Amino acid sequence: MEICGNPRSLTEGSTAEPAACYTAAMRELLDADSVSRGLRRVAGEIVERARGVEGLVLVGVRRGGIPVARELARWLKELEGHDIPVGSVDITLYRDDAATALPNPRIGPSEIPCALEGRHVVLVDDVVFTGRTVRAAIDALMDYGRPRRIELAAVVDRGGRELPMQPDYVVKTLEVGRDTRVDVIEDGAGLHAFVQPMSAPSVPLGEST
Amino acid sequence: MSEPQLKHLLGIEGMDRETALRILDTSSAFLEITRRPVRKVPTLRGKTIINMFYEASTRTRTSFELAGKRLSADLVNFGGSSTSVSKGETLRYTAATLDAMHADVIVIRHRASGAAQYLADRTRAGIVNAGDGMHEHPTQALLDAFTIRQHKPSLEGLTVAICGDIAHSRVARSNALLLPLLVARVRLAGPRTMLPPVPEALGCEVYDRLEPAIEGADVVMMLRIQLERMKGASFSTLREYSRVFGLTRERLERTHPDAIVMHPGPMNRGVEIAEDVADGPRSVVLEQVESGVAVRMAVLYLCASEPGQSRE
Repeated sequence: MEICGNPRSLTEGSTAEPAACYTAAMRELLDADSVSRGLRRVAGEIVERARGVEGLVLVGVRRGGIPVARELARWLKELEGHDIPVGSVDITLYRDDAATALPNPRIGPSEIPCALEGRHVVLVDDVVFTGRTVRAAIDALMDYGRPRRIELAAVVDRGGRELPMQPDYVVKTLEVGRDTRVDVIEDGAGLHAFVQPMSAPSVPLGEST
Repeated sequence: MSEPQLKHLLGIEGMDRETALRILDTSSAFLEITRRPVRKVPTLRGKTIINMFYEASTRTRTSFELAGKRLSADLVNFGGSSTSVSKGETLRYTAATLDAMHADVIVIRHRASGAAQYLADRTRAGIVNAGDGMHEHPTQALLDAFTIRQHKPSLEGLTVAICGDIAHSRVARSNALLLPLLVARVRLAGPRTMLPPVPEALGCEVYDRLEPAIEGADVVMMLRIQLERMKGASFSTLREYSRVFGLTRERLERTHPDAIVMHPGPMNRGVEIAEDVADGPRSVVLEQVESGVAVRMAVLYLCASEPGQSRE
C-alpha cells in the first residue's frame, strides 16, 4: 500500500506536522496497538467458533483488506501454530456499478492460494460500509469454487448498510453519517483507523465502501 | 480523472504510450480470469456487443465472441452469407440499423480500409476495429505485444523482426506502430514487391532478405502469405517464396538464443514457416491465441465501460 506523504510523521510524536495527505480534519479512531489487539481478539473468536483452523483460508478484499488479513494470519499462527493461507480478491469486475459508474478503474490481481472447495473462508476487509463490496467479493469467491462457509471480518463497521450484510467479527463498531469517511491506513507502526469528512481532499487508500 | 479513456479502438495510430500500457496491464487481469475454473465475470451484464464480420475470419471472431461472453455481455454475430451484408446493404445504413438496436460496442472487420472509422463517425456505439483492409488490426498488435511481455521482462530495447507481405499486412502495420511506442526496435523484411513503396514512412529498418532481419532478433514474427490476395503477382511460386523467406530451423539459429517465434495464424505450414519451427519449443503461436482472448476482454471492457457515454 502506498500512502502519499510520509505516514511516519504521525507516529513520531503528536507535535509532528501531519504529512501532506493527512488533513487537519482527520481524527484517529484506532491506533496501531488497538487495531493489533483487536485483531488478536478476532483471531481468538475465529478459532473458538470454528474449534480450530482446519480448512481455514483468509481472503483480503483488495486493497484495504490485504494487510488486515496478513495481520490476522500472524495472530492465528501465534494461537494455533499453523500457517493459514492468505489470498486476495479484486472486486472491480464484480461491482454492481462496474460498467457504468467507474472511469476505467485499475483491476488488480486476485490471488486465491488454494482451491476453495469445502474450505472455511474468512473474507477480510478494512471497513464495512454499504455492504456492496462484500456482496461483490462473495460473488467473486464463488467463481473460484464452493466454500463450505464464508464469514466476514473487518476492522471497522461504520454502519450505513444498503444490503443485508453483517460482519461476523469486528474490531470496532460505530455509527457515522454519510458525510464522514473511515479509512484504515498502514504505516511503519501498523494499521490505524481514521475518521474524516467525506469532502476531505486526500484519498489515502482504496475505497472502503 | 486522468486515467486514459477508450471510447473506440480504431487503430494504434495516434495512441499514446500510456493508453497502450493501460490496455496491456488490464489484459493481465483478464488472463487470470481465462485460467480460472469459472471463466466468466459479470462485469458487462446488460451490455450489447455486435460482432460484425464482413470478411471471413474464424479465429478473430471466435476470440471476440469468447471475450464478450466471458464478460457476460450479450453478444450477437452479424454477418455471414445469409444476412443483409450479402444483400447489398450499405455500411452506412447498417450503422443506422445497429444504432437503433442500441449496441454498446460494435466489433467490425471489413475489407475496406477506414471502415471502422466510418462507423465510428456514424454511430453512438464504441467501435473496435478487428481489421480493416490493409489499414490496421490493433487488437492483433496488442495481443502480440502482450505475448512478448509474457516472455521477456520488458519490451524496451528488444528487436522484433516482422517478415512477410509487409505492404498488404494490417498486422505488420499495427505492430510497426505499436512496438516502437513500447520502445522496441522493429525490422521489416519481405520481397521487394511486398514492401511498402516508401518503407521509411513506417520508421522501421527494412530488409529485402530474411537473414539480416532476424540476425540477433529477440522476436521473429512471421506473417501469413495471403494466397487469396496475391494471385501470384508478387512472387513466382510458393516454393520460391518458401526457399527465400520461409523460417526454417537453420535460419532460426541466427536469432538471439532466447528468441520467440510468433505468427498471427492461420499458418501456411511449409511456406512462411517450417513445420518443425511452427511446433517447436520457440513457437508461442498458441499462447498468442490465449492472449488474444484476454486482450480483447480488456479492450471490450474499456470501450463498454466508458463513463458518461449516453446510449439514449
